[in-house]
Amino acid sequence: MSLPYGKKLLELFKHPHNVGKIKNPDAKATEGSPACGDMVTLYLKVDDKTHKIEDIKFESYGCASNIATASVITDIVKGKTIDEAKKVTWKKAADELGGLPPVKVHCSVLAVDTLRSAIRNYEESHGLIKNKVPTTRNDIIERLKHVMNPMKGLDIVKTGLLFDVIFEDGKVTVILELEESNQFASNLSNEIIEQLQTIWDVKSVEVKFNL
Amino acid sequence: MGYIYLDNITVTKPHEEVVKTITEYLTDKYALATSQFSHSMGLESKEGYDNARHIIANSIGADDENIVFTSGSTESNNLAVKGFAHANKKRGNGLITTAVSERSVLNSMKTLEKEGFDVKILPVDENGRIKLTDLENSINDSTILFSFELANHEVGTIENYKEIVELCNKKGIAVHMDASLGYLHIPIDVKSLPVDLITLTAKRIHGPLGIGALFIRNGVKIKKQMDGGFNEMNLRAGSEPVALAAGFGKAVELFDREKDVVYTGKLKDKLLNLLRERIDDISVNGDIENSMSNVLNVTFHKVEGESTALYFDMEEIEVITGSACFSKSLEPSYVLMAIYNDHERAHGSITFSFSRYNTEDEITKTADAAKRIVDKLMEISPLK
Repeated sequence: MSLPYGKKLLELFKHPHNVGKIKNPDAKATEGSPACGDMVTLYLKVDDKTHKIEDIKFESYGCASNIATASVITDIVKGKTIDEAKKVTWKKAADELGGLPPVKVHCSVLAVDTLRSAIRNYEESHGLIKNKVPTTRNDIIERLKHVMNPMKGLDIVKTGLLFDVIFEDGKVTVILELEESNQFASNLSNEIIEQLQTIWDVKSVEVKFNL
Repeated sequence: MGYIYLDNITVTKPHEEVVKTITEYLTDKYALATSQFSHSMGLESKEGYDNARHIIANSIGADDENIVFTSGSTESNNLAVKGFAHANKKRGNGLITTAVSERSVLNSMKTLEKEGFDVKILPVDENGRIKLTDLENSINDSTILFSFELANHEVGTIENYKEIVELCNKKGIAVHMDASLGYLHIPIDVKSLPVDLITLTAKRIHGPLGIGALFIRNGVKIKKQMDGGFNEMNLRAGSEPVALAAGFGKAVELFDREKDVVYTGKLKDKLLNLLRERIDDISVNGDIENSMSNVLNVTFHKVEGESTALYFDMEEIEVITGSACFSKSLEPSYVLMAIYNDHERAHGSITFSFSRYNTEDEITKTADAAKRIVDKLMEISPLK
């Protein structure tokens, strides 16, 4: 019998490392959503002075590739500085797993994206962004590509759910092409605020619905 | 320990006698069956082939010449939908089907749409059935055909087929019923059910994979889709698959309502009860009341389907899921999306399907495994 997965991947799927939550984490990030079929939440504990990752844990609603990749990358970056951790790519994780079927790469990318987001959140909330380039409207739209449209399983930008973004004096207003009574309105609003509130020059985030 | 095979909605285990029949034909009666004027061995093959056709025709109250053998339900559906549309386009270009029809029907319709046909796809309700008023309203002067499934190939919901056929008759349009799931389980008699075309398949009734049939009512025009010789009343070219047809016929003969319907229904009820006892957050997909006795499609909420199915496989229990990660298109089950429009429900769905070869002990083991698997994945899940 040959499932399209290597031994190591299956082993980590069965017994993933670093699973769970961290109480009072220094940073946390979630990427994906149940709607797109994969979702990862990652928690970081980082040493203030050395910026080394002291502890890292994850939770996954996802397939075997996703769970195994999250297990591998959390192992790789534990004990590394956040700068070193940022350099970890999905390719490296995939290699560690003995390769991934091409069709499964996107599940694995999500785990690595979540790590990057968690580190970015850490840097932003700890004032570590060195070149504080002022955020632009386009930067915000890029960020919003990480928020999934639960009705489509793709991000809100690609699916046309995002109607407009206004960014003035640190105040972001995100307008969605959606009724406020929509069953996902509150969930989307929370996800958008979570995505944007850590940006260093964003002071407030408001989500509006135009239908 | 052997596998616990709970994927009977896809393919069933061929009965031993079916395998014996097929082997007999492949070993001794292998001559081409095409001509009744051929040699003795050819005549013997033809006799077996015609006998299989007779058994299948008889099983739905049809005449032998109404049955065309095909390579399975996909080909039958292509021949029914495209063959009918091509042969009847002078009468109109309107075709209708449902959002939960099998891909071979939906994609045949898409192809026909590109050829200029006007295709309408009807939505379904929370059980997976169309509304008769939707069908009635969507029929106009140019409509020529409605195609639907007797029982849905993923959730097992049985359609209101009598009412649908009656309505199509009243409106003067042809009706194709894809019975690739439901054939024999739901008794059909074409003498009392005025349906024009029926898709049949062997793989879900313990016959061989790779053979099916299309019932074509007398007078219904179909255009041949594959060029070649004049086999199958000049509707389907190709050398007759005698051994597979004989195996199909044998499977039909061996169908047993007590074992295949009543007993599998008990297994389904047992598994559902055990799952409900053990697992809190579970939904049944499709209609639980009027559905295939051997199909149970459920969603374990907050855990992802591919991981669940893979864990079942590691416990040697074979099931399938509607999760995107399991599908070839990386999209979640379009059937569940059409019914519920809920990604999480589709991604977390698992189909358990039973046959007479499953035991009650296997059902208990499956429920125990389900509890372990869901608990384990809930531990990892960020949604708890």
